Formats: sequence, C-alpha cells, structure tokens
Amino acid sequence: MQNKLVETFTRKAEAVSAVVKKIKNLQDAFDYTVSICTDKEACQMLMSGCDLPVSDSAGRLCELKPGEKIIAAPDLDDKNMEQLKTLAEKQGIILISRGLREYVAGIDIGLAIADLGLAETGTLVLISSSEDLRLATMLSEINIMVLPLSRMRAGSYEASDELSAMVNNGSNYLSFITGASRTADIERVLALGVHGPLELHILLWEDV
Amino acid sequence: MLTANNLKEYLNEIEDALENDFQRKTLDTFAVAYRTGRANAFAGIDIQTLVKEIASSKDASIARMDALFKEFKKKAEALGVHVHLAKDAHEANEIIADIARKNSCQNIVKAKSMTAEETHLNTHLEKEGLRVVETDLGEWIIQLRNEPPSHMVLPAIHLSRYQVADVFEEVTKKKQDSNVHKLVKVARRELRKEYVQADMGVTGANFAVAETGSLGLVTNEGNARLVTTLPRVHVALVGLEKLTPNLRDALLILKALPRNATGQQITSYVSWITGPNECDSAPDKKKIMHIVFLDNGRRKLSRDKNFSQILRCIRCGACANVCPVYRLVGGHKYGYVYIGAVGLVMTYFFHGRDKAKLLVQNCVNCGACKEVCAAGIDLPGLIKDIHAKIQDEDGHPPKSRLLAMVMKNRRLFHTLLKNMRFAQLPFADKESRYVRHLPSIFMKGQDFRKLPILARKPFRDQWKDIKPVVVRPELKVALFSGCAVDFIYPEQMTAAVKVISRGRSIAQDHPDKQTCCGLPALMMGEKKTAREVARQNLEAFDPEGVDYIVSLCASCASHLKHNYPKLLAEDKKLSNQLKAFTDKIIDFSSFVRDVMRISPMLFKQSGQKVGYHSPCHLCRGLEVREAPRANLSMTHNYVPTDEEEVCCGFGGSYSLNFPAVSRTLLAKKMANLVAGGISAVATDCPGCVMQIRGGMARDGKDIQVKHVAELMAERLK
Repeated sequence: MQNKLVETFTRKAEAVSAVVKKIKNLQDAFDYTVSICTDKEACQMLMSGCDLPVSDSAGRLCELKPGEKIIAAPDLDDKNMEQLKTLAEKQGIILISRGLREYVAGIDIGLAIADLGLAETGTLVLISSSEDLRLATMLSEINIMVLPLSRMRAGSYEASDELSAMVNNGSNYLSFITGASRTADIERVLALGVHGPLELHILLWEDV
Repeated sequence: MLTANNLKEYLNEIEDALENDFQRKTLDTFAVAYRTGRANAFAGIDIQTLVKEIASSKDASIARMDALFKEFKKKAEALGVHVHLAKDAHEANEIIADIARKNSCQNIVKAKSMTAEETHLNTHLEKEGLRVVETDLGEWIIQLRNEPPSHMVLPAIHLSRYQVADVFEEVTKKKQDSNVHKLVKVARRELRKEYVQADMGVTGANFAVAETGSLGLVTNEGNARLVTTLPRVHVALVGLEKLTPNLRDALLILKALPRNATGQQITSYVSWITGPNECDSAPDKKKIMHIVFLDNGRRKLSRDKNFSQILRCIRCGACANVCPVYRLVGGHKYGYVYIGAVGLVMTYFFHGRDKAKLLVQNCVNCGACKEVCAAGIDLPGLIKDIHAKIQDEDGHPPKSRLLAMVMKNRRLFHTLLKNMRFAQLPFADKESRYVRHLPSIFMKGQDFRKLPILARKPFRDQWKDIKPVVVRPELKVALFSGCAVDFIYPEQMTAAVKVISRGRSIAQDHPDKQTCCGLPALMMGEKKTAREVARQNLEAFDPEGVDYIVSLCASCASHLKHNYPKLLAEDKKLSNQLKAFTDKIIDFSSFVRDVMRISPMLFKQSGQKVGYHSPCHLCRGLEVREAPRANLSMTHNYVPTDEEEVCCGFGGSYSLNFPAVSRTLLAKKMANLVAGGISAVATDCPGCVMQIRGGMARDGKDIQVKHVAELMAERLK
C-alpha cells in the first residue's frame, strides 16, 4: 500500500516537473540542499530574470541582495539548524531562518518539512502560519521540501479529517503545494517560476 | 467587453472578431488541446457522479446561504477578522476603499478575482486615488492594456507574445524580447517590487468554509500567496455563493475545478487562510484582515427555483472552452465581465438586461457547455429562459411575435408552410431544389449556403399512400416527423419507413395532428408558444398505445424528451401522459440498432467512403454516439473525420440571426469532412442536412449529404 502511494506520488509530482529523490535521514537532506546551492549560480542558472531588461526600479530591488548565496530554513530545530549551518558555511552560503521579508529580491533555496503528502496529485501540505516559513516556499528560486513517508496519504479526500483539524486550529495558513510556480498566460505556453519557486525538489524521507 | 447597442452593431463586431486570425488560431488550438487535456486529467474518475455530487452540494449550500454566512461570520470574527456584507457592487467597492482609507493604504496588490471584475473594483479604487496593481500575469497584462479579461481562467488568451512584449516595453522603458519565458521573468521581477511597496493585498476566494471561517484560494502562479502574505492588510472580496459548509465540500469542488479548467489534476498552490496570520509589517505582527461578502442579487437568486443553479458555477471557464461560438469570436464579444455560456446568464443578473439582451441571442444551442459543466448547470436551457424573460420584460420583437402566433394554430401554420413553396418557386433553380436568389431583405449574409425549396408534397400528405400494412403487430411505433422532415425532406421519412418495415411485425403510424416540436419558438424566446405546441403534440400522440415514438430529427427528439418535462412541469394533470410520451421518444438510429436489432444481412455493402456528422442534439442531447456509426458501417465504409461532434452552425433560427458565425462554423465543418476524402456525409438531423448540403452545393463540392435513414434504405437488398 505504502509503496503504491509513494509510486503514485512520485509519478504525479514528476508530471508537474518536480524533482523527487529518496533520502534516509535529515542529514541527507542537508547535504542535498547545500550541494544544490553550491552548484547553483546565484540568479543566473535558473534565469530568474537577472540579465533581462527590467525597469530601473525593479532593477534596484536586485541590489538589495547580498553577494552571497542564501538558504532559508525557518522551521528547523536548533540542533538541525546548527548541522545545516556548518555545512553551508563551509561553502560560503548564508543560512537564515527569520526576517525573510527583507530578502524579497530573492532567496536561492528555501528548505522546509512538509506536514502531509497527497499521493493522488503529488501534493505537499504545509502548515505555514509562520510568515517566514510561508516566504521560504515563495521567495526562493528552488524550493526543497522534505516529506516524511509516514505522512503520506492517498488524497485530499482521504485526509480530509486531518486537513480539517489543521484548518480548525485558531488562525492559520495551510498550503497545498504541487510543483513549481507556473503560468500559461502568454499564448498558453507553460512557463515555470512566474512569482514563486522556479523548481520544486521533493525529498522523500524514509522515516518508517 | 461587449459595447454594441443593438443587434446590427453586435453583428458588425462579430464580423470584426472573425477577422482576428491570431485569436481564431489560438482558440482553435486551445479548443482541441483542451479536450485531450481534460480527458487525461479526469482519467479514472467517474465524472458524471462527481458532477452530480458537486451539484447537490452546491444546491444545499445555496439553499442555506444566509445561515452559512452567519456561521462563517461568527467563526471568522472570533478569530479577529472583520466580516462585511455588501448589498451591491458599489457598496462592496465603497467598503474596500474605506478599509484602505482607515488603514492609510496607498499601494494595493491584487490577485485575480472575477468578483472584483464584477464590481469594477479597480476603477473605483483608482478614482479614490489608490494605486492598484494586478499580480496575476494575465490580469496584469490586460490591466496595462486597459482591457477586461477575455476568459475566466486565461484572461489574456486573446493576446500574442508580441503584443505582450509591446506592453512590457512601455512599463520597463527597455526593448523587450518576445520569448515567452523571458517575458514571464520580466513580469516576475517587475511585480516583486510591487509586493514590497504594497500595504494592502486584495484577493477573491474560491471557497469560504463556514465551519472554520477559512478562505480557499486556488492559483498556479503563487501570486495570491504573496498578496496575502507581504502587505499588512488583506481584503478578500467573496461572492456569497462561495460559501461551503465544511472543508470536505470544498475539497469535492477542488477535485473538478483545475481538471475542468485547464486539465490539471490540481493547481500549483491551494491556500487555506483561516483568520489573521502572522505578518511582520503589521502592528502587533498580525495581519489586518477583512472579508467582504458580495450579495449583488445572489440572495434573491438563491431563492429562484430555476435560475439559482447558476450560483453553482465554480468559475472553471470550461463552458467557454468548448463553446463553438466563443471559439470563433473570443471572450470580448461573448460576455460582459463573465464570459462563455455562464457569462451570458450571469450578465443578466449581475450587470443587467441591457448588457445581456444581445448576448443571450448568440447561442447556437449545441449543448457542449452543458455537457462539460462541472456543476451540471443546464446552461443552454437557462440562456433560452433569460432570452424569454428579457422579451417578456422588454416586449417581443414583431418577428418572434408573428412566429408565436402562427405556430400556436397548427392548421394555419401547416397551410402557410405548404404555401411557402409557391412563394419560393419564382426564386428556385431549374431542378426546384434550392432557392437561387431571394430579395436581399431576406438574404443578407445568407448566401453562404443554398437554401432548399420546400417539398412538393409534405410527408403528412403522403402517409396514407405509403403506410405499410401490418396484420398482427408485435411492436407499435408512432413517427414524429418534425417540420423540416415533413415539409422539406419527406424522402427522409419515407426512407425510414422502408427500413423500419423490414423489421418483424412493426406497425407504424404518423399521427396527423402532430405539429412543430416547439424548439424554434423556444429558440426565439417564445416560451408560451413552446408550451402550447407541447400540449398539442402530447394530445396528438397516444403514448399509452404505442411502444416507441421515433424521430429522424435529433433536435426534435431531444426537445421532446428533455424540454417537455420542463415546459409542462406546472401541468400536474398531464404528468402521467407526459412521462409515457417522453419515455418512448427514440431517435431513428438507436431504434434501428437497439430495438429492431437490424441485421447487416438485409443490406448490400457499398464500399463507398462515407463520413458522419454527429448532430449536437443527438450526441449530447440524447447521448447517442455509437448507433448511427454502427448503422453506417453496415451499409458503407464509414470514415471518421475530425471534430465530428462540433456543431455545423445550423442551430435553427440561429443561422438566420447570426449568419457570420453560422457561415464560419459550416466552413470548418466542411473542411474537416472534405479532408476525409469521402463521397457522402451521413447525419441524423434534417437541420444539419440542410446546412451541410446547402454549403456543399454552394461551394460546388461533389459530396452528397443525407440522413442515415436514406443511406440505409438505398442499400436494402
């Protein structure tokens, strides 16, 4: 059953151009994140628009960006944060966890741990009441999400009780994320990364 | 946005739209790709059941609109949300402007909202001196061009990359490349800075969940997430019909929404926002959140037995995607703010009779919208109802009044039809088959297909001579010919009688008092007359005494079967008779294949390549798809051609009122058929025969167009 869900989830997520990998533990996730970030040329590789002819005022926003690469990981506990920080610093990457709205010009990588996975549509569910967590998955050029396999469900309908409980818990902001930010508004041509991440990477954490 | 003041201006605008090659090509490609995309997205899902579930869930919510609003308000207010109820568009705009004033907001970023389009919110806020920037890419483009959306989901589908590049050059003051991906990234960077300086974010909502006081927002771009996160104030403008009792009902709709809209299983983002969330730029680090519910006629509408169904609409835009008229003229000529089939109806309720009265006439009644609707809304039916309602309010035009008067009196109607032949003959060609020319007052724009001359002798007058004698009948069949078969193409019914009489002991009768089915009256907004002739037909037939009522006309048959119960719903004492009548209606092709189980041994295969045109009211109206093709394969070499189920453009009086659209639909239909390399076309509707045969004759194409019954009768051994 679990295998089948994982298989469906992977197929559906890949169909919307997400990258899906399996990992054994969180350490793998940190290694992956830092290596992706190291290989990534800030702004350039993903063509987030750095070289394009934007207006002067939009261009100025870019100047807000520090020269270094940035990983944002707002919801890690202290121990994990420390672990990731050590790895990142070795590569000259800045790791941040709060005050993300200061980085609207762009964050290279946003890392977060999903609360549920919905196999039917390849969807990640993220309780993102924290502003920084929300922004990490919006402002980043690459969004890396860890999904513990114990949190895999068949679909939104099957998980509706859990989802209802998540929604019915004081003020909150629940996100379903399926693939990268996309548009087809110009001549119906599919283009990724219109406002949010240009890529979504999903790391399936075999925690069971 | 439709600007025409009268039908003549509207027809001119339509002619202009038909000249827009880019839009035509884009919408053509989209219409074809959409069909496949949708089918793939729904693979493994029982669509009909899902649609029924959505319809009943929405109906239940609509019936409890006030209670759900109360529940939502209580829940959301307890969390600190300010909940408003605006009685109309103006009040909603005022409330939102007031929120901006009180919170000293200057810069507004907006996520896509059809409800805000409905209230013309941007115009109002801009008049108040506020700066409003749309952040959905398509909406931003049309905002920069100062245009309304031309599609509910793809607002800028009418524009080319070059037009977008031009607009972006103005914004950036830099030369732009027309590469779509580059343009998208330019928008990404231009709009990022807008989020930074915005102090208020405005969104709509796809769902308002009463149980938890949550809003559900469905987007692909992710702009709604930024709009609801970065600015310190969030205002959502939400139609009351978006209220659902709980999350599960919202998830049910979410199953269909992206699949039906764009062929996606789900959109990239779905956000469920409950109460004011953490917001670093707000005082107390808590978002200032307002939800403005919009009534604008919805509460009244929710109590209307018939029209309340349009509140089921989930704004997927599918009714435009499949509409053959939309595909030709584009959204700006096919709606006011809301476009497509549902737009034709909504315009009346949300923007008034004046804006709706031309639009509702521009429906060919092909039923494609009804078939695709995620909420099971009877769109063609409602469009006709609005048309009738507008005529009742505004007065009926003389043409339709005359038709209504004549049609109610069967004898007069039939005498006139018979005499019409004599009026036509001076204008007939040598063989008396087609009208050669008509005085131009009758023929403006009509010469795209040849019109037939009425038959020398209608079928009703031939019947007593050809009626087959059956001594001990095992099955009794009554024939419903309909006006076109009876008075123009009696040979079709003669052929059908010949085929049916090959069955064992089938008695056939053609009740003399039958009259027009009434669909033309309904198409012209003459509902009373449609009702009156329905009663007459019910009386003419003895449904208890026959096993089947067979019709050669798909439009008549589907009207008799599906519209009669609606037309005569109030006539309680007719209900038994009505049920017996409608239960027995069957089309010729299904009767021959499924009831008679006719044997291929009766026919001599011709080997001739024959194409098929699937009449709208057969494939969608009666959901008959296989029978005619199977019948055809018995007698000829049936060759499938492209888009067999797309309307030929006839639509009864539609082709007379909107000749430009009818002409273009026919041209497409003929091109698809000709491409099949066939020598004949079969169909199951005399109206389609009239249209396609007339077009082939006009263009001098050597392709015969016949009823399936004729092609079968010709091959009988």
